Amino acid sequence: MILLGINNLLNNLPFLFEGLGITIVLTLISVALATLFGILLAMGRCYARQPLPFIIYIYEKIFRGLPLLVIFFLIYFGLSQQGIHIKAFYAAVIGLVLHSTAYQIQIFRSAIHAVPEGQKTAAMSLGMSKLKTIYYIIMPQVLRFSIPGWSNEFTILLKDSSIAFSIGVVELMARGDAINSMNPDGILYVLLFIAFLYFILVFSINRGLNYLEKRYRISGYAATSVR
Amino acid sequence: MQSLPKLLEGVPVTLLLTFVAISAGFAIGLLLALGRVYGKKVISYSCIVYLEIFRGTPLLVQLFIIYYGLPAVGIIFSPITAALIGLSLNSGAYQAEYLRGSIQAIPSSQMIAGRTLGMTRFQSIRTIILPQALRISIPAWSNELIYLLKYTSIVVYIQVRDLTFQAKDIAAQSSRYLETFLVVALIYLLFTFIFSEIVDRVEKHVRIPGIGLSQTIVKRNA
Amino acid sequence: MRQPLSDEKGEMKSLHMLEVKDIHKSYGSCEVLKGISFTVDKEETKVIIGTSGTGKSTLLKCINQIDPPDKGEVWLEGEELTNPSVDLNRIRQKIGFVFQDFNLFNHLTALQNVSIGLEKVKKVDKEKAREKAMKELRSVGLEKQARQYPAQLSGGQKQRVGIARALAMDPAIILFDEPTSALDPELIGDVLDVMKNLAGKVAMLIVTHEMGFARNVADEIIFMEGGKIIESGSPEQMFNNANKERTRQFLGKIATLYGKE
Repeated sequence: MILLGINNLLNNLPFLFEGLGITIVLTLISVALATLFGILLAMGRCYARQPLPFIIYIYEKIFRGLPLLVIFFLIYFGLSQQGIHIKAFYAAVIGLVLHSTAYQIQIFRSAIHAVPEGQKTAAMSLGMSKLKTIYYIIMPQVLRFSIPGWSNEFTILLKDSSIAFSIGVVELMARGDAINSMNPDGILYVLLFIAFLYFILVFSINRGLNYLEKRYRISGYAATSVR
Repeated sequence: MQSLPKLLEGVPVTLLLTFVAISAGFAIGLLLALGRVYGKKVISYSCIVYLEIFRGTPLLVQLFIIYYGLPAVGIIFSPITAALIGLSLNSGAYQAEYLRGSIQAIPSSQMIAGRTLGMTRFQSIRTIILPQALRISIPAWSNELIYLLKYTSIVVYIQVRDLTFQAKDIAAQSSRYLETFLVVALIYLLFTFIFSEIVDRVEKHVRIPGIGLSQTIVKRNA
Repeated sequence: MRQPLSDEKGEMKSLHMLEVKDIHKSYGSCEVLKGISFTVDKEETKVIIGTSGTGKSTLLKCINQIDPPDKGEVWLEGEELTNPSVDLNRIRQKIGFVFQDFNLFNHLTALQNVSIGLEKVKKVDKEKAREKAMKELRSVGLEKQARQYPAQLSGGQKQRVGIARALAMDPAIILFDEPTSALDPELIGDVLDVMKNLAGKVAMLIVTHEMGFARNVADEIIFMEGGKIIESGSPEQMFNNANKERTRQFLGKIATLYGKE
C-alpha cells in the first residue's frame, strides 16, 4: 500500500511543479501590487488632507475583517453575476491585493511613525519641500523599518495564495485537491510534498529578506518601537 | 433573503471553531512560548521545529493533511474534529510567537527580583512574568482572534458546515452570489466589530498603568 | 550708517538683516510669546538667555516659520517671511538651523548629511556639492568622520555635523536652539569652539545657557522671561551694569553657578 502511495506522488510531480510555478507568479504579482498600494495609501493616511485618511481607514477596516474566501467569491462569482467576467487568475490577484494592501498600510504606517519627528523638521529647515522631505529623508528610513513586518506579510500572502484554488486557479494547492479527487491513493505523500514545497518557499523568502535587512541596516540605528 | 435562516445556521459553527481554536491555540501557544524561552535545549529546539512547520505552511494544506491525508495511516477524524485540531495547532504556532515576544519584553530584572525573594522559577513565571506578559499581548491576541474568525472560512474545503459553507450552498443553488456574499461579508464585519469592542473593554478592565507597549507587535492588526 | 534695503518699488522695507516685530504665539490658552521685537544685523552674534520654558525655542521656530507666529512680522533681508504668499522653501535656504537634538538624517553619512541640502534643494552638481560638504566638515574638524553614520558619532560630533550642514547652505543667518544642552559636559567645549570661530563671519542668533560663551562671544545679549524681553545690551553692560533688577538677579545666580569665566 505504501508503494502505491509513492507512485501517485511521483507520477504527478510535473503536474505539481506546474502548480508551484503558478503559485510563485501569483504571489509575486500580488505582493508587488500590494506593496505599491500599501506604501501609497499609508502615505495618504499620514500626510494627505481629510477625507482621504478617513476613506483609507474605512478600507482597512473592511478588508481586514473579511475572509479571503468571501472576497474571492464576491469578485469572481459575484461580479460574474452582474455580467463582469474576470478570469480566475486575475480575480485572485485582485482579491489578494485588496486583502494584503489593508495589512501593508498598517505596516508602513507604523514605520512612518517610527521615524522621529525631528527628521522632518530638520529637512524643512534646510528648505526642502514636503515632497522632497518625504522622498529623500522619510521614505528611505521607512523602508528600512518596514522590512521585518513586510517580509512577514510576504510569507502570509504566499500561504494565502493557496486559497485561490477556491475560484479555480490551478495553483499548487488546487492540484493537490485535483489529485485527491482523481486518485486518493497515498494522498498523504502528495500533501506532505506540497507542504514541503510551501515550506521551502517560505524559508527562502525569510532567508532572502534577512539578508536584505542586514545589507541595508544602518549600523547602530534601529527602530525603537516597530515590531 | 428567505434563505437567511439557513445562512445563519452556519454562524454557530463558525463561532464555535473560532473560540475553541483561540483558546486551545492560546494554551498550546503559551506552552510553546514558555518552552522556547525557558526550556532546555531539547525542548526549545522541538518548539522551534513545531513553529517553523506550522507557520511555514498554509493552513489549507494543514487541514487537508489532517482530514484527507491521515486516513491513509489509519487516523480518521470527522470534519469538525479535523477543523478544530487544525485550527488550534495552527493558531497555537502564531500565538506562540507574540507570546514569546511579550515574555521577552519583560525586563530580566523582574525575574531576578522574584528569585531573590526566594521564588522558584515556576512561581516567578506564574506570578510575575505572566501577568505582565499577558497584558502586553492583548493587542496581538485580539488580532489573532479576528484572524481566526476569518480563516475558519477555509474549513469549507474539509466539508465543515460553517457560515461560508452555507453561503456557498445557497449561492450555488440560487445563483445569487453577489447578494449572498455581501450579506456574509456584513456578518463577518459585524462580528469583527463586536469582538474588537469586547477585547477593548477587557483591556481597559485589566489595564495596569505602566504596563503595555506603546507600539503593538505588528504581525497583523485587525 | 547702514544702507536702507528697498525692493523694486523703492519702498524702504527694513534697515536690518533680520527683523522680528511684535511676535505673539500661543499654545491653546497659554500665551508663550507676548510681543517680542528685536533685530540682528549681518555678521552679528546675538545670544538669548532666560529661564527654561520662556518660549526661547518657540521664538526660533517662529522665525523660520516651522511653527509660524500668531501675530507679528518677521523680515529677512527685506522680505517678509510671515507673508503667506512667500515661498518658504526658498527663504529657509537662507536661514540655518541647529537643533538641540541634532536631527541628523540617520540613513545618511556625515558627508551626505551636509551635502544633501546642496544637492536636492540648491540643485548643485553632485561633485561640487560633495566638495563643499567636505570643506565644511573640515572647518568643524570632522574630516575623518565623513563616511560615518550619525549613530556612530558622539553627541559633540553630531552637533558639529549639524553646524556644518547649516553652513553648507551659505545662510544669511544661523539659528541655534540650545545647541549644547543635550551634550555631556566634556563635549560641549568642541561645539562652542566651532561657534566661536563663526562669530563675525555669519550672523548668529543663539539660544543657550552657556553664560561663558554669551559673555565672551556675543555682540548683544537678550534676556527673556515670561514671554517678554526683559532687557538687552552688550555683555559688558548686562553682566556688570544691568538696568533691571531681575536681570541682575538672574545673571548673578548664573555667575555664582558657573563661576566667573
